[in-house]
Amino acid sequence: MRDEKNHISTYRSLVTVLVILLALTTISVLITGIHLGPVTVAVALLIASVKVAIVITQFMHLKFENLFLKLAVSGVLTLFVLVIVITFIDYFFR
Amino acid sequence: MTVHPTHTEHIDSETGKLGMWIFLFTELFLFGGLFLVYAIFRAKYSPEFHHAAEELNAFIGTINTVFLLVSSMTVAGALTAMQKGDRRMTLLLLTVTIMLAGLFMVNKYFEWSHKFEYGIFPGSPVLKNMPHGELLFFGLYYMMTGLHALHVLVGMVLLSINVVKVKAGTVNSERFLMLENSALYWHLVDLIWIFLFPLLYLIT
Amino acid sequence: MGNETQPSYLEYQGRHKGLAGWLLSTDHKRIGLLYLYSIVVFFFVAAFLGLLMRIELIAPGKTIMEPQTYNGLFTIHGIIMIFVIVIPGLAAVFGNFFLPILIGARDVAFPKLNLFSWYLYITGAVLGVMSQFMGSGPPDTGWTFYVPYSVESATSVIWALTAAFILGFSSILTGLNFIVTIHRMRAPGMKWFRMPLFPWALYATAWIQVLATPIVGITLLMVIAERVLNIGFFDPALGGDPVLFQHLFWIYSHPAVYIMILPAMGVVTEIFPTFSQKPVFGYGAIVVSSLAIAFVGYFVWGHHMFTSGMSYYARWFFSFLTFIVAVPSAIKVFNWISTMYGGSIDLKPPLLYAISFIFLFMIGGFTGLVLGSLATNVQTHDTAFVVAHFHYIIFGGMGFAFFAGMHYWYPKMFGKMYNNRVANIAWGFNFVGFNLLYFPHFIIGIQGMPRRSYDYLPQFHTGHFLSTIGAFILIAGLLLMLYNFIRAGRRGEKAPANPWHGVTLEWKIPSPPPHENFDEIPEITSRPYFFGSKEKTNQ
Repeated sequence: MRDEKNHISTYRSLVTVLVILLALTTISVLITGIHLGPVTVAVALLIASVKVAIVITQFMHLKFENLFLKLAVSGVLTLFVLVIVITFIDYFFR
Repeated sequence: MTVHPTHTEHIDSETGKLGMWIFLFTELFLFGGLFLVYAIFRAKYSPEFHHAAEELNAFIGTINTVFLLVSSMTVAGALTAMQKGDRRMTLLLLTVTIMLAGLFMVNKYFEWSHKFEYGIFPGSPVLKNMPHGELLFFGLYYMMTGLHALHVLVGMVLLSINVVKVKAGTVNSERFLMLENSALYWHLVDLIWIFLFPLLYLIT
Repeated sequence: MGNETQPSYLEYQGRHKGLAGWLLSTDHKRIGLLYLYSIVVFFFVAAFLGLLMRIELIAPGKTIMEPQTYNGLFTIHGIIMIFVIVIPGLAAVFGNFFLPILIGARDVAFPKLNLFSWYLYITGAVLGVMSQFMGSGPPDTGWTFYVPYSVESATSVIWALTAAFILGFSSILTGLNFIVTIHRMRAPGMKWFRMPLFPWALYATAWIQVLATPIVGITLLMVIAERVLNIGFFDPALGGDPVLFQHLFWIYSHPAVYIMILPAMGVVTEIFPTFSQKPVFGYGAIVVSSLAIAFVGYFVWGHHMFTSGMSYYARWFFSFLTFIVAVPSAIKVFNWISTMYGGSIDLKPPLLYAISFIFLFMIGGFTGLVLGSLATNVQTHDTAFVVAHFHYIIFGGMGFAFFAGMHYWYPKMFGKMYNNRVANIAWGFNFVGFNLLYFPHFIIGIQGMPRRSYDYLPQFHTGHFLSTIGAFILIAGLLLMLYNFIRAGRRGEKAPANPWHGVTLEWKIPSPPPHENFDEIPEITSRPYFFGSKEKTNQ
């Protein structure tokens, strides 16, 4: 029943991904350590988003899934961002 | 009597995986509601949030982040090993994952009980005397990390079931949907934490 | 294509016999009926509670109950009707029963999960009813659980919140199941654009179920935490924000309206071609409008909060999108009417209900625009006008579509024919009773009658009086309809495989369907709703 297209990640690539993720974590901790004011949060969130993207595409194999799933994942994330943005239309202009 | 297998037919891998992904979407929105609340209050009470975040131990947070990232790698490795048919490696990596998750929980336990010692817990008098923004920050802190910790526990149970099934051979190199889905779930737990960590610990 | 090799799903004896054969069955058809029976029971309970409220309101002042009882009544009436009946409603009953058949599958993708959803559903429903008897009295917050009152109310709100949370989970799992089923289980040759339109409607619905319900789940958890732990998210005294609760609540609960109405639209879309013997007009437009409703409907939640103190720009934004979301609904109405145009119309009970659906849904839709405009909303907000509007949408729309579906698919589901004459008479009662019950609310609402009010000024007496008369007529019609179905089940004529000359897949298998639906999975070679001579029935 197994799909032959199923991609198998190599240990090597997994370790590489982990190293990148740990490096990003370090950067994130260091950058937020030096007080940059409001930029801090933006940078922290940006780095977190990059990390999330890496986990989804690499660890969760999204890179090797079909087009529909890729669209669905990006669609769902976009939807979530839209919900936040729309709610802020209220809060920013009160 | 003839057997009609179709109402109980085994679920093929693509179908099962799609179901899992959609379930993860719902998990995302479950936490999403909390992230939305966080965003609103963070915008409203920026200085208080910064101040309250200083109470959190960024070091423990960082350690926990490392635990979860490594465990995410090991569970992905366990899947690779299973696909290659290496049962021993699968079991080893799964065990490591569960242990890392356990360490995460131990850390969390100490972190929380430390806060409790200072009287910082939902509804406590200490908290009620704090500025509103800080009170809300800790409310969010407990709600978000609490829900996340619950997911870690569920993940640990799922992974343990996998260990049993791999040992029994019902999860094997031909049929590993359960392992694959549990790994996806575990990655989600990691994903949520990747956002929680900077939002709660690093905004000082 | 009839076959004798398989027993019908009603007679099938599997591993479990008798009642256990139903309660443990993973057959999507049996699960559909489990939902049907539970929904019918709860519907009559909630309708009876509604009748009690109407009796109370027949004259000003106290008639039969205390004010607090009345508060409890409209709360539980709302909770049962919304969370237990209309949200699962059509999707769980007809979706479960017919989705696999319509796409040429033997079952949904995850049959066990499907059964589990029903158990979650029944647990939630029972918890909701228990909230009436537990702790410190029936919840009195209204089904919307608005803070701060839902945090302060001394009644057993937590039970009701938990019930809604569990029911939400059941809904999520059903939605998940349907999405995967539609993606993975279509028969060979059943391309996306060869699917009938009911599955398309379910597909759009399922995405909303999956992507909106978790938000209300976490919101209800937050209210529970607020009550138990005092975390203060929604409490102004602790720096929280009650309007934030309304945002979170409606982020789900507005899309929930589309969870209710999209499957209803799907059902009538099946009925119009069959009873006009004509292909559906504008297949593509209906598909796109279903998806558009689901998508745009996700971003209009704020129109419930125009008077809650939202910013001007937010109100403007939500009002604008509310008008936009009316467009795809209007497209559908246009398509249904065009489907009938020039067809050979057979005015059987299903079509009668489907046409009333259009009529009532239009009234509900247009008055929705009145509520969606910022200026008129201020006048009509929280008045009986709102009550009339959403009953026209939910009961007139979703409810009548449910009745249409019942009359359309009853012969297929139970293998028996009901009495057409009785069905028509019941329809008359329902239609007249419904309009008499709710239309006066529009008028007294504009005149200023507030909703959820136990007492009223003498000037609203006529409206309330008429409304109560309508309630009795409606209940009579509902009971007559129920009687007709029960009698048909016991003594009805045996139904042929295709009594209405339909052309979708469910009419190509025997009535009631065999245990595995199809002997052989059919090959699909063309679009649905093709009423050509060679496609003509096999009756």
